[in-house]
Order: sequence, then structure tokens, then C-alpha cells
Amino acid sequence: MDTAQASMPLSSSQMEQLNLLVDGHRQMPGGLLPLLHAVQERFGHVPPSAVPVMAQAMNLSCAEVHGVISFYSHFRTQALGRHLVQICQAEACRACGAEALMQSAERMLGCAAHETRADQAVSLEPVYCLGLCASSPALQLDAKLHGRVDEAQLRRLMAGLNLLNEEQA
Amino acid sequence: MSSSAPVKVYVPCDSAALAQGADEVAQALSEACSARGIAIELVRNGSRGLFWLEPLVEVETPQGRVAYGPVTAQDLPSLLDAGLLQGGEHRLGQGLTEQIPYLARQERLTFARMGVTAPLSLDDYEAHGGWAGLKAALAMKPGAIVQSVLDSGLRGRGGAAFPAGIKWRTVLQAESAQKYVVCNADEGDSGTYSDRMTLEGDPYMLIEGMAIAALAVGATRGYVYVRSEYPHACATLAEAIRLATAAAYIGDSVCGSAQAFHLEVRMGAGSYVCGEETAMLESLEGRRGVVRAKPPLPAISGLFGQPTVINNVITLASVPIILAKGADFYRDFGMGRSKGTLPFQLAGNVRQGGLVEKAFGLTLRELLFEFGGGTRSGRPIKAVQVGGPLGAYVPESQWDVPLDYEAYAAVGAVLGHGGIVVHDDTANLASLARYAMSFCAIESCGKCTPCRIGSTRGVEVIDRITGAPELREQQVQLLRELCDLMLHGSLCAMGGMTPYPVLSALDHYPQDFGLSAASSENEPALKV
Repeated sequence: MDTAQASMPLSSSQMEQLNLLVDGHRQMPGGLLPLLHAVQERFGHVPPSAVPVMAQAMNLSCAEVHGVISFYSHFRTQALGRHLVQICQAEACRACGAEALMQSAERMLGCAAHETRADQAVSLEPVYCLGLCASSPALQLDAKLHGRVDEAQLRRLMAGLNLLNEEQA
Repeated sequence: MSSSAPVKVYVPCDSAALAQGADEVAQALSEACSARGIAIELVRNGSRGLFWLEPLVEVETPQGRVAYGPVTAQDLPSLLDAGLLQGGEHRLGQGLTEQIPYLARQERLTFARMGVTAPLSLDDYEAHGGWAGLKAALAMKPGAIVQSVLDSGLRGRGGAAFPAGIKWRTVLQAESAQKYVVCNADEGDSGTYSDRMTLEGDPYMLIEGMAIAALAVGATRGYVYVRSEYPHACATLAEAIRLATAAAYIGDSVCGSAQAFHLEVRMGAGSYVCGEETAMLESLEGRRGVVRAKPPLPAISGLFGQPTVINNVITLASVPIILAKGADFYRDFGMGRSKGTLPFQLAGNVRQGGLVEKAFGLTLRELLFEFGGGTRSGRPIKAVQVGGPLGAYVPESQWDVPLDYEAYAAVGAVLGHGGIVVHDDTANLASLARYAMSFCAIESCGKCTPCRIGSTRGVEVIDRITGAPELREQQVQLLRELCDLMLHGSLCAMGGMTPYPVLSALDHYPQDFGLSAASSENEPALKV
């Protein structure tokens, strides 16, 4: 994952990669979302400095591209922490303690929901439904799904990645 | 057992099985068997949908498939010692899979192959009845295919329950050089996962349904809009499309016919409102997912301004069996104007959560107790939200109403996409009503004022009801007026149906809002 500051200009090699992605999507009908997915997958986020490049290639204004990025919660303009913890907060998970699980995660990690910890180790986010509603509460830790998570399991998962806050560890 | 053929062992690859450690079980099984010098054929199947038993390991025996679950990697030595590969007795044993009561009592039409086959195996798909509907459709004229879907009584399974055949007929009759079939797989409703299971567990069924729709209306391109929260589903479907295209079921020619059908997966980006069909079209066209005003109907002017069939995953996945077995076969299931089956999804605080496909007409009480076995916490059930975040909270007095679109509408509730979320008596319905409003505020596309502003005002009003007793009566009145405005003034179901959970909570659980039970009795029930 690219950890460069979001506002920094892209390096020449990054620009080269961006141009390749842009070329691959220029002709695709409705190609802006697929392009944004590709850019985010490559850079870990959508760097604001990539917006003018994408806008010009897709024959859109920067405002239109920015508008699309800001509409969709999946797209982010800043780098995440090295790990991403997403805890479902939708009804089926709330019915099995998802709110308390989120509070536990905030305490264990020393990181508030929607935020990235100061040491860049971890980001904590709510998510609205992973489709694991019969196995609630559910969470996703990086690419891996976990169902029927209780506080003890959450602690094991966090400890396994050395993510516990110092006071907790 | 004969030493020649290795025993087939099934370990599901469905997300919900993976979330309970199915990959670890599969790996431990392979390692343990090779350490013992036993050859097995490990099959990664879809899930049967009995999620409290996942990972559900099945072994093929002469009597049929024998199930064990929930299995952890640590259980494997004892399972192998107990004769797992011969279907031996073990404390995790569930007997013959097909005879597990939860499964045996279902009417699985759409989900007949679910968990039985390996999702990406074309051989498995064909051996279990796959492509029979498409082959039947290839021998029919487009109008006859549409008529068959009309006659089956199939209605949109995404929630709106609009007759699928009428949409198809409109697109068929529209004149255009380019038409589209779009599958709405933006399954954002909490409590629902039947689309996800289909994409991950039986993706060719959806591809077949879409190909039939394409033949019926003369569409040569299709898109499946899958939410980004479903990465496994996206990956499996994309691979299935690649394999089905390579095998010439779709692509430049549908099964050797004169018609082309090119299919593509497009990923959403975390917006709930993109499950609304016109917002989804905007998103597919590369824009913000802002709802379009109707008319024009998407069937006349949809994707890129062209005539477009838009159906939910389960609607399209129900089409192959209708064409294969006939409209009458399908229509004979169900009741009233709700024909066929619905894959209900039991979720939340329920002991036996999972997928239950049954004909319309059974009751919530049967689902909750005979299938679900009550709550997982062991406490009494207090409220059941049927139909996703925009569905009503159904109190016990209504649990015997048949699950039928019209019967539910008559009590101010909806079946929606068939999601059923169970809450025990620790739930606070005022807090859930507040959540419904705040979810609407987060997810509103912003186009219409009742939804965009009403949801934020709704959160504030509920906070005053629960936090300021002296204002309570007046604020309850205000909440009802606000809900009435959202219900009748919103452009789409996002703002238009958020009042369902809010008002049903207020009507049926007034105590949670600090009101006396009696004070609400004179209030009007939810009126649509």
C-alpha cells in the first residue's frame, strides 16, 4: 500500500501506473467507477492529485470526479492504516451485540470508529452489512471475514496482529 | 470402502462458512488425510444455508451425503478416528444431509443446487438440471418466453414485487438497436444474504436466467451490479462469466444461436441507495448514485437511455426453473397473488439462522420457531424486522399472518427481499427506530428533501421523545407528521419506507419511547 500523503503530487512511476489504469478504462461505458476501484486497489486510496488526470481522460470536470468519489463511502482519499477492521453495525448484527463490540474495539485498539490510529497501524470503520446476518455479529479484518465474534475472539484477533493498544496489551 | 476411488468430502467455500473457519478446516483435513495416507477428493461446495452448522463438512457414502457440523480444525483428528470418511458416528454428526429436518421441510426450487454442487463446475451445473431452462427458451419465440414468465406469476424478489413478465414485455415491445439486462445484486438489506449465496454458490443459475431474459427481450449486453462488500461474490461471478463465455453458453452467441449476450460484473462502492434501480443505473453509468425521477421507466429508457430489464438476483435466478418445468409448475406454489417460493433468510438473534426456501403462505411463527428454534440468547423474542432496514417491526400479535405480499401490506408491513431479523427482549425499539432514521440520513442520495432533511430531523425528534419527557406527547405527534411526509413525499423507497420501521416501533412498542401502552392504542396504525 502506498503510504504517501494524500496531498502530495504523484511520483513519475505512480503517474505512469495511473496512466496505464486510465488508458484501460477510457473507452469503457460508465468506466469511472471501475477506474476508481482500480486506482484505489493500486494506491490504497484515490490520491486527490490523480483527480485531474482521471477527469481529463474521462472527459469530465474535476468537480464531477470529486463528486463521485465523495458520494461513495468505499472510496477514500487518504491512506488507511496498515490493517483495516470493519465491524458491521446493521440490524442483524446489532441484535447480537454489534454496538458493544464496536465499543470494545475502540478501547482495545485505542482508536475511534471512522479513524486511523496515530501510528498508522490500524483503521477502524463501521460497515453496513457483510451478508453474514445469520452469523452475527460479523467483522472483516483486512480481507478475512469472521462471524459470531465475541469480545474474547476480537481480542485474540487484535493481539494476533499486535494491534492492542499499549494499555490493553 | 473400496480403496480405488478416493472418498468425496465437501467443505463449503461460501463467505459465511469462511467466516467460521472453513478454509482452515479444509486445510487441516487435507493435511490430516495425507498424514494418515488416505486419499480424498476435497470439493469446495456452496453452503446449504444452515449457518449455525457451518462449517458443515459432508462425506459421500453409498447411502447419501452425511453431514458434520459445526466443524473446527481441532475436531478433525477425532472425526477421522470416528470414521468420518465412512460416515461414522460422532458428536458433530447430523446424519444424512437431505434428512436434516431444517432442509427436508423446505421447498427448494431456486436453491435446489445450493450446497450440493461446486459453484464453478460446469459439469456439476449441467448434471443437476442446469441450462435446461435456457435450452427450452432457445426453442421459443421471444413473446412466448415473456408469456411463460407472466404466466408463472413471478414478481420482483428485490422487494417491490412488481410482476417480472410485465417489465420484460415492455422491453420486448420497445424499439431499439441496443437493449440491456441489468441484474441488481446490490443486496444492502441487513438480514439478507440470498443474493450473496447465489452469486457465490450457484452463479451459473443467475447467468442462465439473464441469458433467458436477453433472449426474451432481444438484449445483447448485460451487467450485474454487485456491492463492494461482497468481494467473494464478485470474484466467483466474474470467474463463472468467464467460464460460461469460454464454453459458449453466452458471449458472441448464446448456445450457438444467432443472438449474442455479453455479460459483465460491475462493483458498487458502498452506497445503500444504489439498490434503488434508477440510482443503480446512474452508478453503472459512472455517476453519483442519485435517484432518477420516473417516468421514463427504465424499461423504456434505462441504462445509457436504452430499454433495460432490471431484476433482482433471485428474480432472474428463478427464471431457469420456470422455463425448464413450465409456468404452471412454478405457479402451483404459493398463495393468492404471491406465486412460487421465496428464499427467506433467518438472521440476527436466532438459534438456527439460515436460508429457508418455502412457498409463500407460511407464517412468521413457523419460521421463527419450527425453523429458527427461537433466539440464540435463549430469551423471548420481542420484535422481528421483516423485509430489511425499510421493513416494519412485526409484533407477536402478527406472527400468524401468512407471509404473502398482500397479507403483509394489509398490516402495514412488507416482505421485501425476505430478510427476517430477530431481536430478543433486550432490544429497545426506540433505539432501533432512531437507528432507522440515522441510517436513512447516512444513505440518502440527497435528491429529495423529505428523505435528505426528514431523516436528520427524525433522529432529533426521537432523541427529544426519549430524552425530554415534558415534550414527549407533542414530539410524538411531530414524528408521526414527519413520517407521513416522508412516506408520501419521497422520491423513492429510501425515504418513503424509512417510516415503516419507525412507526411500527412506535405503534407496537410505545413503552420503549416512554409512552404508556394505552396512549398509543388510539393512535392510527401505519397507513400506506
